[in-house]
Amino acid sequence: MRILSCLAAAGLALAVAGPTAVAADETVTEFTLDNGMEVVVIEDHRAPVAVHMVWYRVGAADEPLGKSGIAHYLEHLMFKGTETREAGEFSAVVEANGGTDNAFTAQDYTGYFQRVAADRLGLMMEMEADRMVNLRIDPELARLERDVVLEERNQRTENSAGALFAEQRVATQYLQHPYGIPIVGWKHEIEGLTREDALEFYAEHYGPNNAVLIVAGDVTPDEVRTLAEEHYGPIPANPEIEARARPQEPPQIAPRRIIYEDPRVAQPYVLRTYLAPERDSGDQRRAAALGYLSDLLGGEGPTPLMKRVLEVEEGTALYASAFYSSVSLDDTTFGLIVVPTPDRSLEEAEADMDRMIARFLDEGVDEAALARLKMRERADTVYDMDRLQSRARRYGTALMSGLTVSDVQDWPEIKQSITSEEIEQAAADLFDLKRSVTGYLTRPAAPAEEVSQ
Amino acid sequence: MTRIIAAAVLALCAAFPARAAIDIQEVTTPGGFTAWLVEERSIPFVALELRFRGGASLDAADKRGAIHLMNGLLEEGAGDLDAQGFSVALEELAAEFSFDVADDQLAISAKFLTENREEALALLRSVLLEPRFDPAAIERVRGQVLANIASAMKDPDDISMDAFDRIAFPGHPYGSAYEGTPESVTALTRDDLIAAKDRVMTRDRVYISAVGDIGADELGPLLDDLLSDLPEEGAPFPDPAGFNAPGGVTVVDFDTPQSVVTFGQAGVGREDEDFFPAFILTQIIGGGGFNSRLMEEVRRNRGLTYGIYAGIYAMEYTDMILGRVSTVNDRVAETVAVVREEWEKVAEDGVTPEELDRAITYLTGAYPLRFDGNERIANILVGMQMDGYGIDYPLTRNDRIRAVTLEDVRRVAAERISPDDLVFVVVGEPEGLEASN
Repeated sequence: MRILSCLAAAGLALAVAGPTAVAADETVTEFTLDNGMEVVVIEDHRAPVAVHMVWYRVGAADEPLGKSGIAHYLEHLMFKGTETREAGEFSAVVEANGGTDNAFTAQDYTGYFQRVAADRLGLMMEMEADRMVNLRIDPELARLERDVVLEERNQRTENSAGALFAEQRVATQYLQHPYGIPIVGWKHEIEGLTREDALEFYAEHYGPNNAVLIVAGDVTPDEVRTLAEEHYGPIPANPEIEARARPQEPPQIAPRRIIYEDPRVAQPYVLRTYLAPERDSGDQRRAAALGYLSDLLGGEGPTPLMKRVLEVEEGTALYASAFYSSVSLDDTTFGLIVVPTPDRSLEEAEADMDRMIARFLDEGVDEAALARLKMRERADTVYDMDRLQSRARRYGTALMSGLTVSDVQDWPEIKQSITSEEIEQAAADLFDLKRSVTGYLTRPAAPAEEVSQ
Repeated sequence: MTRIIAAAVLALCAAFPARAAIDIQEVTTPGGFTAWLVEERSIPFVALELRFRGGASLDAADKRGAIHLMNGLLEEGAGDLDAQGFSVALEELAAEFSFDVADDQLAISAKFLTENREEALALLRSVLLEPRFDPAAIERVRGQVLANIASAMKDPDDISMDAFDRIAFPGHPYGSAYEGTPESVTALTRDDLIAAKDRVMTRDRVYISAVGDIGADELGPLLDDLLSDLPEEGAPFPDPAGFNAPGGVTVVDFDTPQSVVTFGQAGVGREDEDFFPAFILTQIIGGGGFNSRLMEEVRRNRGLTYGIYAGIYAMEYTDMILGRVSTVNDRVAETVAVVREEWEKVAEDGVTPEELDRAITYLTGAYPLRFDGNERIANILVGMQMDGYGIDYPLTRNDRIRAVTLEDVRRVAAERISPDDLVFVVVGEPEGLEASN
């Protein structure tokens, strides 16, 4: 169903010709080029800056089996030159214009961005349009870049017990859906990735009809439209592009547990995730309720239930928290973590976690706390106007996850209208051990003669 | 190529926004505080930044970690409000306060809506003047700090930085982590925390900036209310730390697949007439982005790392050129050798005119782009005051960068870049790398 709603949203966007300034936020305008490239413009004229981003609706979760890491490897290779630009030239030109550039790969998207003086926007578009279709990669450079990616994996994952644990947990959470495969790729599969794999992935997934252009800053929608038509407009739609249809999870009917031991662990902890629904276009209330559930159980400050009881009143946890990522194309997770004080075991910490869940289900929502959270949400809409790049990213991630500009703009009002009953219902639906993965991160029990260190 | 180069050149010729287009006012309050203000009325909130110079380096000799722990307790209750009550009050006002401490400063950032301005500042005032340091809160935060210290002792990045500091700054606060040790933190008492606060949070060392929906006439009295009752004078500042590490390689054994390397040497301070040439030089050697010499050689040409950076650290009591890189254990010896070679090359040959042009264009072009949000601007303004720059600095900074000549950079490279004095601290299980210290 999500696939369908995603398609419907895309169709709707294509059907709307001309700028549709949205009433909810007059600084945001969207339109679509004839070749299917969607454009979102976010105006902020306080400084002469523009953020230029191209987001592709393809990420690690869209990789062929056995080629994990190819989306991210391709992202690296996108800096290795085109028919008319040498390797490294893209970034060098950005830098020579006083700008910065980078790129990012996630499960649901791949994005490229530059932050430049607003009068350099046309140059950025020219170069980004060029590498959308004209990528050329030298084989030796491709081989070296694979080493760079392996070092990136070493730095982010292999060198961190917590990151390795996270990788194992997520792999356990998804039996079938590719979210279970790490974005950077499994090490043995990265080692086998080739330039040809990357070019094939590029040919299948890159093109204006699979991309969203976001320009934020000291620009007007008219300027952006003129420049976008000039630079991106001439690129024909890529006929290879297909709607995303990934293998979906079967119903989880048994709780899963993992224990990861690593001598580099200083602070053992227990972390549990539950499969949870994400924000869907036109259907965001359940996700909004889960967001509040996360805040009420283990959000910021000392007042959320788990923090108040475990950290403050009982002193049984060094740290307790809840987290939920609502923006995702397919099913997401809701998580809880308890880091026990050194005198307590992980079994006790898990029991504490269960006790907090039971207590919330029993006591229900603290109305005063919910009112404060809503107040903060309202204030955030003010503070948020100060953060250009994060606004741009928020629209980008939403559009990559099957949501529309209207969904993003409806979100604050939806959050204000969520009731305690909806949050309690969301909790009752969520907390089913059969749909969970519980992980222990701990040190190996040391042999007696090696206890000292 | 022709078409592309034409486009790039064209772009370079177009005028940059030459300077940051902000209007900074210097506000002197009736009570005698000085603040830098940018009035920006388009969004109804204010970003306020307070900095107390000296930061965690003002710890009393046998109380390492006291200022850091004290800072962690600032949000744990003040006046009539315990930790829960304080948090509730803050949420009801939709204000955000953050408290951060580092080697050179204790930083308080506050953000509040215009409609709640008075109440938010009253709450902040109670934090500054009557933090509670409740015993239960002390134990709780102490437990968290001890856990963080234990984690840092198992994290190769932290191990590397701590070992570097120990070697470079023996006997100085910089030589030890400001979080303290498990022993020193365990021994801290409530009285130690009260004393720690009075060492650093005082009138004589506060720096202030505000950006947003407020005017000079409103800001002055508010700041006086907020700050006037702080103690007049804090602890004496430490002596300069120098930079005392002998050149060479130190290896810290740690069972992890990728070695983390911290490298550095003595640097050049802001007060030094060679600061701008040195700043540009280190930008060319190891500045952020993809185009530094180190990124080119270590990442792009050899695939040895995901990222390598080096830059000037002009700190309160020392000046360093400091870098960081990580490479899989069996190739880290090559990485260290390449960094040394790059150091030698730049010391002997300086930089090319093209590199200098590129660095100047980048630095002058990027500078005005930093001023794009109330919070970001407030941060920059308070930093400029602490660095001793005048209020016209945003207007003159790019001219100072452009005034640097190739000869300046070559001279500074020859005089200040010293490959023999380069210190490497390698954490991991490096293969084929001889420790020379």
